[in-house]
Amino acid sequence: MDYVVEMLKIRKEFPGVVANDDITLQLKQGEIHALLGENGAGKSTLMSILFGLYQPDQGVIKVRGQEVNIADPNVANTLGIGMVHQHFKLVHNFTVTENIMLGMEMTKGIVIDHRAAAKKIQQLSEKYGLNVDPNAKIEDISVGMQQRVEIMKMLYRDAEVLIFDEPTSVLTPQEVNDLMEIMRNLVQEGKSIILITHKLKEIKAIAHRCTVIRRGRMIGTVEVGSTSEEKMAQMMVGREISFEVEKEDREAGAVVLKVDNLSALNNRKVMGLKDFSLEVRSGEILGLAGVDGNGQNELVEVITGLRKAESGQVMLKGTDITNLSIRERIRMGMAYIPADRHKHGLILDYSIEENMILKNYNQEPYAEKGLLNQEAIQEHTGRVMAEFDVRSGQGSIALARSLSGGNQQKAIVGREIDSDPDLLIAVQPTRGLDVGAIEYIHKRIVEQRDKGKAVLLVSLELDEILSLSDRIAVITNGELIGIVEAKETNEQEIGLMMAGVQRGETA
Amino acid sequence: MKRKELGNEYTTALIAVGLGLLAGALLMLVTGNNPILGFIYLFSGGLMNIERIGNTLATATPLIFTGLSVAFAFKTGLFNIGGAGQMLIGGLCATVVGLTFAWPKPLLLPVVILAAALGGALWGLVPGLLKAKFNVHEVVCAIMMNWIAYWSVYYIIPGYFKGPYLETESRRISAAASLKVEWLTKLFNGSYINLGFFLALAVVIIIAYILDRTTLGYELKAVGFNRYASEYAGIKAERNIILSMVIAGACAGLGGASFYVGYASNMQIGVLPSQGFDGMAVSLLGANSPWGVFLAAIFFGILHSGKGFMNAMTHVPPEIADTIIATIIYFSATSVLIEKYRARIRKRRLEKGRTDLPLDTGAGLDETVGGEG
Amino acid sequence: MWWSIIEQIFPYAIAYTVPLLITALGGLYSERSGVVNIGLEGLMVIGFFTSALTISQLESILPGTAIWLGLLLAAIAGALFSLLHAFASVTLNANQVISGTAINMMAGAVTVYLARHITGSGNILIVNGLIRRNIPYLVKIPVLGRLFFTQTYATTWLVLAILLISWFLLYKTPFGLRLRACGEHPQAADAAGVNVYRMRYLAVLISGACAGLGGAIILVTYAGEFNGTVAGIGFLAMAALIFGQWKPLGILGATFFFGLASTIANVSQAIPTLAKIPGILLKNFPYIVTLLVLVFFSKSTQAPRASGEPYDKGKR
Repeated sequence: MDYVVEMLKIRKEFPGVVANDDITLQLKQGEIHALLGENGAGKSTLMSILFGLYQPDQGVIKVRGQEVNIADPNVANTLGIGMVHQHFKLVHNFTVTENIMLGMEMTKGIVIDHRAAAKKIQQLSEKYGLNVDPNAKIEDISVGMQQRVEIMKMLYRDAEVLIFDEPTSVLTPQEVNDLMEIMRNLVQEGKSIILITHKLKEIKAIAHRCTVIRRGRMIGTVEVGSTSEEKMAQMMVGREISFEVEKEDREAGAVVLKVDNLSALNNRKVMGLKDFSLEVRSGEILGLAGVDGNGQNELVEVITGLRKAESGQVMLKGTDITNLSIRERIRMGMAYIPADRHKHGLILDYSIEENMILKNYNQEPYAEKGLLNQEAIQEHTGRVMAEFDVRSGQGSIALARSLSGGNQQKAIVGREIDSDPDLLIAVQPTRGLDVGAIEYIHKRIVEQRDKGKAVLLVSLELDEILSLSDRIAVITNGELIGIVEAKETNEQEIGLMMAGVQRGETA
Repeated sequence: MKRKELGNEYTTALIAVGLGLLAGALLMLVTGNNPILGFIYLFSGGLMNIERIGNTLATATPLIFTGLSVAFAFKTGLFNIGGAGQMLIGGLCATVVGLTFAWPKPLLLPVVILAAALGGALWGLVPGLLKAKFNVHEVVCAIMMNWIAYWSVYYIIPGYFKGPYLETESRRISAAASLKVEWLTKLFNGSYINLGFFLALAVVIIIAYILDRTTLGYELKAVGFNRYASEYAGIKAERNIILSMVIAGACAGLGGASFYVGYASNMQIGVLPSQGFDGMAVSLLGANSPWGVFLAAIFFGILHSGKGFMNAMTHVPPEIADTIIATIIYFSATSVLIEKYRARIRKRRLEKGRTDLPLDTGAGLDETVGGEG
Repeated sequence: MWWSIIEQIFPYAIAYTVPLLITALGGLYSERSGVVNIGLEGLMVIGFFTSALTISQLESILPGTAIWLGLLLAAIAGALFSLLHAFASVTLNANQVISGTAINMMAGAVTVYLARHITGSGNILIVNGLIRRNIPYLVKIPVLGRLFFTQTYATTWLVLAILLISWFLLYKTPFGLRLRACGEHPQAADAAGVNVYRMRYLAVLISGACAGLGGAIILVTYAGEFNGTVAGIGFLAMAALIFGQWKPLGILGATFFFGLASTIANVSQAIPTLAKIPGILLKNFPYIVTLLVLVFFSKSTQAPRASGEPYDKGKR
């Protein structure tokens, strides 16, 4: 069999953890090969090795039958291997052309030849159907186009093997389809593709074969056509998992959160949120679906108090909180699980104890007259850690930094839920976590709803929205497209709404 | 900051000191001096008799203040390079009050001290405010403030408070305005020691208490570690940044008092006090903790106090002390190197089967160093 | 009358501007690559010292050439000393502000120590600095000729040449593109095959050489004697960098502003109209204006995004 790339018995260790343990991956010429595993399984590490960012501790890499040592990305490039990163590596104030040719500039003498480079890019763009504007600055173009620039970077370097790292998380469903077309084109032109993903539907849609990794170990390689999603999921996780979340029907109660005609500017001083109105009732989970960057962040920031509204109102339990400080909103019963747990959720250099009182450190019993009460803080932390299954090697005095991602998130969830809020806002609460942690956090969120709390769930994962929400709202371009009952809708409909199509219209 | 980490930092500090002293020795050798003799005179110059000890403590006092100033700001994520300017303004305010009012000591001295603290606080307010509201880099801002202070003193002193003999110095303050007290000076055989030292000690205790036990300290450190998370939790980051620089400035201002109306009794123009910059070294060496600063300042006090004696006895230029100090900071800054080396030793021990030493495992399996997946 | 004042002070303003300009230019390379170099002040002192030492020792043997040798060695010394900062900031990922401060303190201490050892007083005197010349034809141009081409130092033209070369290098060549990428998004540069560590080392070395040259220029143009300090010009250069928004031409404008303002303050005593303005205001004017400018530019700052952040390959 003609393999264009072989990674044989690869092992890679980092301090305290074996990221890759005896993994074998073989890529055939002209195939789309998926690399499946849940968050933390070791997929990115394996591909980073292939791309030359890391060196394997053991194992052999062969390209077109020859054994090679990929010391750095330059070597990978020379061998024809290129990577489209999950987090784009683009310089924001350079043009598309400058970004693509960086490191391999076309020159006339000692001067950069912009025109020749732009021309080559134009040609490549036409050949592979990748629409890019060579003279636009990265900060001005859409996310979809940015991704195409990332792809162009590889084609410019005559890459034959293209690695895509979780490429669809930032795209609308329509853009995902476009990307799949592009991948089919590439393969037709003779390229071979490795697709890193944890999304089973995409694998079924486009991949030929799939290698599954779990906790650093290889589970097996299957033909996608003849393997069911359930089977692949089971390989990925190691047991039967049900995609369904157990949820009883509940009658929603009074309105807890009311957002009225809210408008706000985003970071680029443009209207990021336009005339948005929403209600969340006690005893329900309202899921907000939408592609990243369509106004969800701005909405949540205005509700929590981190951003000022240009117009409109936010009401909590009937009180107008539009102009209240963050602290006042917290005191009124608002809790918030932020999307980025390292940046916003925790102070990594503080201990777990110190993080646990982040919102109420100056209240009794944790502090009296400005002095902290260590005992009360310790006792409280111990209780929350036990109740929310937060595991720490060194107990509650350990730095938050030393916890694993799942435990960090559980600590945050514990802190927020323990404050017994009336409104819980959860943004991307399970990002980057393994299935066990995801299940646990989903359970606790549903529990809050069952207890009569109002929950606003914002997530980029449609599956999560569909399985947890009672009602689903869709936001696109800062506007509310529509609100539907979760039980009466499906992924297609939501996808269309995310693309801006109202219910009842045709695309 | 729990005990284990402080222990680590102190060891690293000691190693940095050792390396600095080594560098000093090398420099002495290279210029044809005997390092052993040099060091003996250097240290005995600071500690030989009660008068010299008094001078050491008096020299260390402004350093304690400026070190605290830097350390406090550092804890909240800011670099206070403006210590020199804050000292000058603090000293200016102290001198002006001391020269203007003829009250008895129990009334005048506290007012003098207060004036110094307020002056320094004001000088710290500006970089703090500009940083909090406009995100102006506090280093450049503080440097500008240093020079504004320099030139202000340059013109104000000769303009209004000129001394009788020289263009470049102010009138002498009265004994009522000075931090020096008779019994103390007598106790230390006529050295420069003054109440400033005890004031510094008190401030060390207060700062340590604020940082570790109060909600204010909790807020300030939180903002310093992670401004975003603090804001999400309702802490007002801007207010804390400003408050932090105000307190830091006040500390340095007190340092100015301890120097200009304590150690000295008048102000010279045309000099940016080096204690302002040495404060950074003191803070670094003291692991940015109040008591560490205290000890480090005393050590530097010994060096500065003894260098004159060493120069007199051996002709080794007194700048050796500054060189040693500068080298210590460099090694403190690059302490990473020292720590990496120590980590390597630790790892080797662990692999040999000893399980009682802690190993930094960092994040767990689901967030490996290579990112997610 | 005003005109003659301006004509008189212009050469001094330019003389004051030039060391500032070259040092700020050095800082530009460093910050554009992502390394904040607070040690510019100390590196200038190193250059100041090295050139004083070289020239004072050689000027009797090699008159004329001694000066240029002094400038060259100053640049080399500055580059070598800056290796300390490069090592700390790039290889060890240490805190760049602290490392830079250490450089300043070390430079100040070591140079005075050595100077004292050599001359006993800590100052090193040179006999002959650079002479000032009129540029032959250009001096005849009306207005501009009197301002820019009268009584100029050769080093002024050297520095302007370096400025132009830098502009070209930064914006027209692959080297410049890669350098700027390192300062904006080192991960992108790394993934594109650029050796970020090497780029940053190079940039810091360049900044050391430029600052060293700056210190030397102070010596041979208006100081005439090494006295242990460059009176804050290194720090002022940093401010000029921000003021000039990290662009070569912007820095030219900013440094000239400082040069002119400082000169006006210095000569104010000699000029009746200016002598009326209180000295304290004149002297503080450049610093206060800088503060205002920093505030004004804070919203639209063009600072290299990754400047000051240590680059760690392991982190994603």
